[in-house]
Amino acid sequence: MKHIAMTALFVGALAVSACSNDRFGNGRFGGGSGDFVAGSPSDPRSPAYFNQTIGDRVLFAVDQSTLSPEAVQVLTQQATWLMENTSYTAVIEGHADEQGTREYNLALGARRASAVQNFLIDRGVAPNRLQTVSYGKERPLEICSDELCYSKNRRAVTVLAAGAITS
Amino acid sequence: MQMLPFVPPIVVQMNRFAPVSADFSPVVEGGAEFMPKLSKTKRGSRAMKRTSEQMKRGLKKVSCLMAACAVLAAGALTPMAATAQSNGPLRIEITDGVIEPLPFAIPEFVAEDGGASDFARSISRVIAADLASTGLFREIPQDAFISGVTNFSSPVAYADWKAINAQALITGAVSSSGDSINVKFRVFDVFSGQPLGEGLQFSGGAGGWRRMAHKVADIVYSRITGESGYFDSRVVFVAESGPKNARRKRLAIMDYDGANVQYLTDSSALVLAPRFSPQGDRVLYTSYETGFPQVYVLDVATVGRRVLSSQEGTMTFAPRFSPDGRTVVYSLSAGGNTDLYTMDIASGQARRLTQAPSIETAPSFSPDGSKIVFESDRSGSQQLYVMPATGGEATRISFGQGRYGTPVWSPRGDLIAFTKQNAGRFHIGVMRTDGSEERLLTASFLDEGPTWSPNGRVIMFTRESQGETGEASLYSVDITGRNLRRVLTEGAASDPAWSPLLN
Repeated sequence: MKHIAMTALFVGALAVSACSNDRFGNGRFGGGSGDFVAGSPSDPRSPAYFNQTIGDRVLFAVDQSTLSPEAVQVLTQQATWLMENTSYTAVIEGHADEQGTREYNLALGARRASAVQNFLIDRGVAPNRLQTVSYGKERPLEICSDELCYSKNRRAVTVLAAGAITS
Repeated sequence: MQMLPFVPPIVVQMNRFAPVSADFSPVVEGGAEFMPKLSKTKRGSRAMKRTSEQMKRGLKKVSCLMAACAVLAAGALTPMAATAQSNGPLRIEITDGVIEPLPFAIPEFVAEDGGASDFARSISRVIAADLASTGLFREIPQDAFISGVTNFSSPVAYADWKAINAQALITGAVSSSGDSINVKFRVFDVFSGQPLGEGLQFSGGAGGWRRMAHKVADIVYSRITGESGYFDSRVVFVAESGPKNARRKRLAIMDYDGANVQYLTDSSALVLAPRFSPQGDRVLYTSYETGFPQVYVLDVATVGRRVLSSQEGTMTFAPRFSPDGRTVVYSLSAGGNTDLYTMDIASGQARRLTQAPSIETAPSFSPDGSKIVFESDRSGSQQLYVMPATGGEATRISFGQGRYGTPVWSPRGDLIAFTKQNAGRFHIGVMRTDGSEERLLTASFLDEGPTWSPNGRVIMFTRESQGETGEASLYSVDITGRNLRRVLTEGAASDPAWSPLLN
């Protein structure tokens, strides 16, 4: 909760940032938050910097999993950050909008997560630091039923976790 | 792992339903020939045969007391504009796609002792509700009755029932002794002035009274339509709560009509798309228990569960049993690619069925176990394909406008139900197994995930409403597209899967 409150504080200052606090992602993140609350979004070594200043997510076109130029830009910085902060691992969550059947959206979310994972690996991030999961249409961020919301829900979110690399 | 809430075993001990029980066989093609097998009738097997013959004759004679049967037998794919004419007094008019429901009367069952009166009332109400809910029958209100039935053994005053146009009459009696009850019933063809089949009786624990009512309704339905019923069945589904962006989901099971809800999991982990085993004793579903979606198999009676397969770095989902209950077909995603696999449940041995960079998911076996229908975007958009159950070349069967997903083979084997997405709308539809004769049964902002009633007559599905307050609920529709109904659940609900008829 402390972490969420803190990130909320910075939202105004970072309004220009393309990304925002991930309500869902932060839930996962919260467990280890005590370890890195020292870092703020202006501290380049902090997860907050990763989440907000770089951007923890990329968006996709309808039914697509190819990375847009904007996504490539964000992911390039994500890769750099991950290479410099090797004590973090990440789970990449793939999501879809609600326009689609449940199973198909799970598979589509898996494609999106994998597209991000492959990009980060290509840029040098060790494969064993990255896991993927698809939520399909199960975890929308925005809840209206039009393109304004759908465009934000078609996303892949790189959720950091503190911890040594296993295996 | 958290402890699951205790769920008592769900199955009433039907073997205690003595001395007479009904033994349902699967529906054969052209279901009109189907007759319930009556065992242990009072007069033995010779009488039984005769009764069966009489019933067949009776059915033909009263033709479509029965037009239900015309519609049902036709697989309901023929246009409904035809009128079922018959010379007999009993018929259902079918005009402009609307069936005139068959009027029936069900006087409150006779309570043969003081302890039976609540059961007598409730059981007759559930039978009436079952029949009326099909859209094929219409209950005549009790205040229209000219005479009542106060003694189960008294002769039937056919004239009194004819006068109020009751074409079928159902009478019954309930007696109780300790914690068990006994339910007797008879069905009469009022206009021909004779019983429709033998009287039957069930007995069992009083707690199973709803099942006894459903059993009676199934037999009445089957005698009148010539096809097996679906009332003594259950539905496993996902009970939903919480806002759209933080939905909590748990597995629940209920009677087909929404009664007797029990929860099989808590909502600590996201769960999706449960599916019954062909015996109704197990449920497959997808859970995020470990943080990653994996297929689990759950024993309904004990609520014990185990992960079916957990391979590091993969996710599994969209499971379904084979008709013999020994194999599971499912999707496995690895490296962003989703393909179909089968797994032998006992040995855990997996077999890969598809090898394509496209999405292959939502598989469903044909009832004979020889084929699998599934969806794939190998052509560039979601379409339906059929392949041998062992894998191999797949044939595309969907060619209409839009995208097709979640195909489910009907228990009769003749139709495939699916979700169709076209021009911003979702539909539940059916087509022949070769893809011909596609018909859309519903349309809304979001309809998806059809499941078949045990007799292949009704389809239940999820309908989700639009917008920020959007919520999922269960609906049913029959395969002619008529009789769209909401299935009442306590809260929001999705992903229904119908059980087979209980034993």
